Amino acid sequence: MLAFAGASQFAALAVLAAGGGALTAIVAGTLVNLRFLPMGISIAPSLRSGPLGRVARSFAIVDPSWVLSRRGERDYDIEMLIGASAAQYVTWVGGTVVGVVLGPVLGDTKAWGLDVIFPAFMLALLAGELWRPGAKLVAVAGAAIAIALTPFAPAGIPIVAASAAALLAGRA
Amino acid sequence: MIGAATTWVTIVGLAMTTFVIKAIGPLFFGARELPRPLARVARLLAPALIAGLVAVDTLSGPGRSLTLDARLVGLATAAVALALRAHILVVVLCAVAATVLVRAIS
Repeated sequence: MLAFAGASQFAALAVLAAGGGALTAIVAGTLVNLRFLPMGISIAPSLRSGPLGRVARSFAIVDPSWVLSRRGERDYDIEMLIGASAAQYVTWVGGTVVGVVLGPVLGDTKAWGLDVIFPAFMLALLAGELWRPGAKLVAVAGAAIAIALTPFAPAGIPIVAASAAALLAGRA
Repeated sequence: MIGAATTWVTIVGLAMTTFVIKAIGPLFFGARELPRPLARVARLLAPALIAGLVAVDTLSGPGRSLTLDARLVGLATAAVALALRAHILVVVLCAVAATVLVRAIS
């Protein structure tokens, strides 16, 4: 609720559930959130306020808002970023409460196909990025890197590593 | 069973590291113009990261395992819907419907 970053909460929870300690769980969650570092750098030029305002706005960075607020080349709609995140924050926290209450009733979310919502949504957002020169190659390489590392690296690292695809193509 | 103290230490610790990570970019890369090669890399970070997220969320199984299951059919259906220029809500609903269908018949 305070970290407001779903994937890292699941990663940390998975470590705790497997019998890991708090420190291991924090490290796992932090690794997953390393992806916010390049996202933060990408929105930086669009922020037009003092240091405190910048830090406050950085709290609104989450994957879907970051993609939604992207207008183009180093140009991000900060109002969209904050608006989208506020809406998600309410539904995320509200949904968590609903989940705690309804979880035992609903049973397995897989039976409802809910686990495919996030990848399908992200795929739609990815489709909007592919017109860029070199983007298709980078997307394929990023997916390949992430999948190749998944069996060997702790959760989160494969996604951070996928950003290396942009480094390779950017230099070519 | 996970202890309450452990849970709260984890939540507070994770909140702090997340806040710092999110703040670094906006704080230190503010008005600075990025050098050209770096700007090119920054442009391509989005497709690379999103593709990585999609791939891992579709193919990851329990722990660090990879599995091929109904999610892949759902994602393929989403890709077809996208190719037909369907609305994003339709795309997601098609993916969910296909996933549920495959699970029902397998």
